[in-house]
Amino acid sequence: MKTMATAKFLAAKKTKTHGEFFFEIGCEEIPAWMIPKAVQELKVLLEKYFAAAGLLDGATVQVFGGPRRLAASIDAVRLHQQDTEKEITGPVKAVAFDAAGAATKAAQGFAAKQGVPVEQLYIRSTPRGEYVAAKQVTPGRAALEVLREILPRVMQEISWPKNMRWTSGAGAPHAAAAGPAPAETDATRAAGAAVPRFIRPVRWIVALLDGRVIPFNFADVRSGNKTNGHRFLGREGILVSGAGNYRSRLKSNFVLVDPAERLARITAHLQKLMEKGGLCIHPDAGLLDLVTHLNEFPSAILGNFDPGFLDLPREILITVMRDHQKYFAVEKKGGSLAPHFVAIINLDRDRAGKIQHGHERVLRARFADARFFWDADLKCRLADNLEKLKQVVYESKLGTYFAKVQRMRGISAWLVKHAAASCSTSTVDRAAELAKCDLVSGMVREFPELQGIVGGLYARAQGELEEVADAVYDHYRPLSLDEEIPRNLTGCVVALADKLDALAGCFAVGRIPSGSSDPFALRRAATGIVKIVLERRLTLSLHHAIHAAFRALHEQNAAFKISPALEKQLRDFILDRARFAFQQRHAFAYDEINATFAAGADDLLDAADRLAALRAIRRTPDFEPLAVAFKRIRNIIEKAGPAETGNVEQFDPAMLTEDAEKALYAAAQEVARHAAEHKESRRYRQALENISSLRPAVDRFFDKVMVMAEDPAIRKNRLTLLAGLLKEFSTIADFSEIVTEKST
Amino acid sequence: MTPRPAQGLTFQRMIFRLLEFWASRQCVIQQPYDVEVGAGTMHPETFLRVLGSEPYRVAYVQPSRRPADGRYGENPNRLYKHQQLQVILKPSPADVQAVYLKSLAAIGIVLEEHDIRFEEDNWESPTLGAWGIGWQVLLDGLEITQFTYFQQCGGLDLDPISVELTYGLERIAAFLQGVDNVFDIRWSDDRTYRQVRLAEEQQFSAYSFEYADPARTRALFDLHEAEALALLSAYREAGDDAKKRVPILPAYDLCLKCSHLFNLLDSRGVISVTERAAMIGRVRKLACGVAASYVEQTSPRTAPAVTA
Repeated sequence: MKTMATAKFLAAKKTKTHGEFFFEIGCEEIPAWMIPKAVQELKVLLEKYFAAAGLLDGATVQVFGGPRRLAASIDAVRLHQQDTEKEITGPVKAVAFDAAGAATKAAQGFAAKQGVPVEQLYIRSTPRGEYVAAKQVTPGRAALEVLREILPRVMQEISWPKNMRWTSGAGAPHAAAAGPAPAETDATRAAGAAVPRFIRPVRWIVALLDGRVIPFNFADVRSGNKTNGHRFLGREGILVSGAGNYRSRLKSNFVLVDPAERLARITAHLQKLMEKGGLCIHPDAGLLDLVTHLNEFPSAILGNFDPGFLDLPREILITVMRDHQKYFAVEKKGGSLAPHFVAIINLDRDRAGKIQHGHERVLRARFADARFFWDADLKCRLADNLEKLKQVVYESKLGTYFAKVQRMRGISAWLVKHAAASCSTSTVDRAAELAKCDLVSGMVREFPELQGIVGGLYARAQGELEEVADAVYDHYRPLSLDEEIPRNLTGCVVALADKLDALAGCFAVGRIPSGSSDPFALRRAATGIVKIVLERRLTLSLHHAIHAAFRALHEQNAAFKISPALEKQLRDFILDRARFAFQQRHAFAYDEINATFAAGADDLLDAADRLAALRAIRRTPDFEPLAVAFKRIRNIIEKAGPAETGNVEQFDPAMLTEDAEKALYAAAQEVARHAAEHKESRRYRQALENISSLRPAVDRFFDKVMVMAEDPAIRKNRLTLLAGLLKEFSTIADFSEIVTEKST
Repeated sequence: MTPRPAQGLTFQRMIFRLLEFWASRQCVIQQPYDVEVGAGTMHPETFLRVLGSEPYRVAYVQPSRRPADGRYGENPNRLYKHQQLQVILKPSPADVQAVYLKSLAAIGIVLEEHDIRFEEDNWESPTLGAWGIGWQVLLDGLEITQFTYFQQCGGLDLDPISVELTYGLERIAAFLQGVDNVFDIRWSDDRTYRQVRLAEEQQFSAYSFEYADPARTRALFDLHEAEALALLSAYREAGDDAKKRVPILPAYDLCLKCSHLFNLLDSRGVISVTERAAMIGRVRKLACGVAASYVEQTSPRTAPAVTA
């Protein structure tokens, strides 16, 4: 009987080796913005674990997600791991078998230890001779068994920006961290390890392999084969047999699990609403993405507001609608705002007509608040807020915003003098003075994301120069590599001063970003500096600008010492962001950036011009071989050591003996003269072309001349010639940094 | 029950319904605390009950004073004192969201006729050394409830985790009754919110912004703080047997007094930046001191051995 059953099982196993995997984590509402990343992470984790367990067989993991669920499926995974064979080598053949070929005690002992009969031992030839070997087979496990260990681990390993506990650990000893700070002690960490954490409480789990439940527990929830529909419109306890019926059953229970399907539904609804009224949605990709992940069954409804609110600035109206209510603003054909909004609701429709009314009521109160702040704020002059900034802390050690504004004015003045001479000093100073004044306005306290913009609007309404108002409005820009830089030069100067001060200040008090922690958004500030300098084409010495920022800090508070080491650290930090910008935004290769930066990058605009020239020349036939030659030169010089290479001044042309080296020297002198002229007038392309023309002379030199000559004086002279060459021609870009096919 | 959507429940009837709803779900119905607080969380029935391991369920209305939010009764939405209905469920039940939604149905909200959603909103109170993870519950775009899984309170990690539901009663009532101004809410069948509360809003706004004497208010803060610190240090220094007798609950009242006096000084605009951070730190120190002493005082001396 038993053997029959086993045989039957084996036969069944043969006919079906693969089956579908399906997984759903049912959760209380996950913050919408975290969902796309979590879904991707689920995919990566499943791929990793399935592959490691030998179950994936190259199949693809499909993932979906929404506010109440993360789901994944794999069409065909192994139902059983393959057996693994391992060969173990034992004693040498001569020891294992006697002359007659019989197994000795050594062979018998080895076989017994490996658990195989002596007859199954065999001989393995290796470079070191012939050895006895045995094969050990580890039988593969059923995928169901493997997966019940893997899946809880996958759930625990999804990383969230901030996760939580909601249930006690399985008998984990409770330990509390006493004291005012929420510091994590060793005790809480130890307890935390046993307590399940997730972004929000997990309420159900579906885990199926080939239609069978993969049984496991996570945080008191037992996996099963039932999911739940829409909270208000769908059923609970819907039976799932696999990915196919999962999607369709959920759809009929008012859940669209595929974000693409939700997005399509929203887009179609928006279009239909707009067509009717001859209106347009104010485009907002971020909001569209957010509402796609905020709803399981999104529908759009059109609402109205009192046209009287349209005399408030559109920036304010749009912000209130978008950031506070997640409504789309609506525009008339000409682009001006229409007294409508679109709300995306998590229902199939507004069945009683009450929802539209409710949203209109909330928006009315929000707009009334905004109108109150607008009127109240405008009653006092923006500049009068300066005094109030003494009450607003920027950073505990760096003082108040008032202090920051004073530093920004100093740095701005320096920037006008050294990088933006066409600016009016007084205009820039006024813009810097007003830049932070909106922070104590009622409007910014209520709508912090409008900082800068509100200041700009108030400045304009109170009759400040347009240049000043626009500069205040723009000075937080750019917030990303994609965002525009400030519109006018005054705005660029104030924005640079703001960011330089943030960087210098935070570096001075030790708030230097590490890893992913960057609470003061210093990377963004540094990226902003790079972007403004490059796009506004400002000639600016980073080194001196940084020094000016630290000096402003020091002049305000002598406790902040000027430290060249710190200045260098900050410069490297900014240059790091510059490398990132050059790679991401301008698609330069990293070796081109290395080569250019090796020749200096203090003047970013100049570095950008040299980079462009380098990229252009790189495609010409002489360039790569020359780069190889320069690398060779550098290697030779480094290998010879500094003692062997004389100063360039000690070079003696009279000691050159071979024709090839004389020719190289002559060519180098000629090229240097031209290249210097081009470089002087920043014609880097021509300069590099000139340098490239050295290639035949360099090649011949290496063909004919033995650098490491026996006569030490000649040898030193030749090394000095090469060192001079390397130095002379590396001022635009260090060619030896270029990665060539021939380089090792 | 028959919902009356056209008129909605009166303010007081809505409160009765919610309290009855939670009473039928094993909640102790408590009364508002008789010391000024800024939120229902500060009531000892929340702040102290969520500490330690003892299961507990409680619901109560808590009038909450926020001096800086006073508007002399002239703003349709902002109040010096608003009413919160606070529910604590410890430990958090697995069906807590569904039960909460039923409570909305109990006050006449037909769930599938409205856009109800749970949107990320984590709660934090620096003065209480407390924070939690959760959502604001939106009803057709209107924030009606703060829904929080407490993670830490008084600087202590919590286990079990309590769930806290804080209903904003004026907002919900205005919504149910279809009025735009909280003062137009019908409090009872024949009285409006204005008739019941307007004078209080006017007088306490004036006191918070104009009349509260900064020097005396500061002195009161210092006095209450000193008294609380004295109790906490008496507890620390007491021997094991004497510890049970040292009054910790009054120390918490004193801590609440400090918190309110701080809010008052803040609304008077007399607290400098550095002072502000320092005063928050002083109140938090009291709150954390109370929490730690309370947990120690109420926990059984011989905890059962825990085995994995």
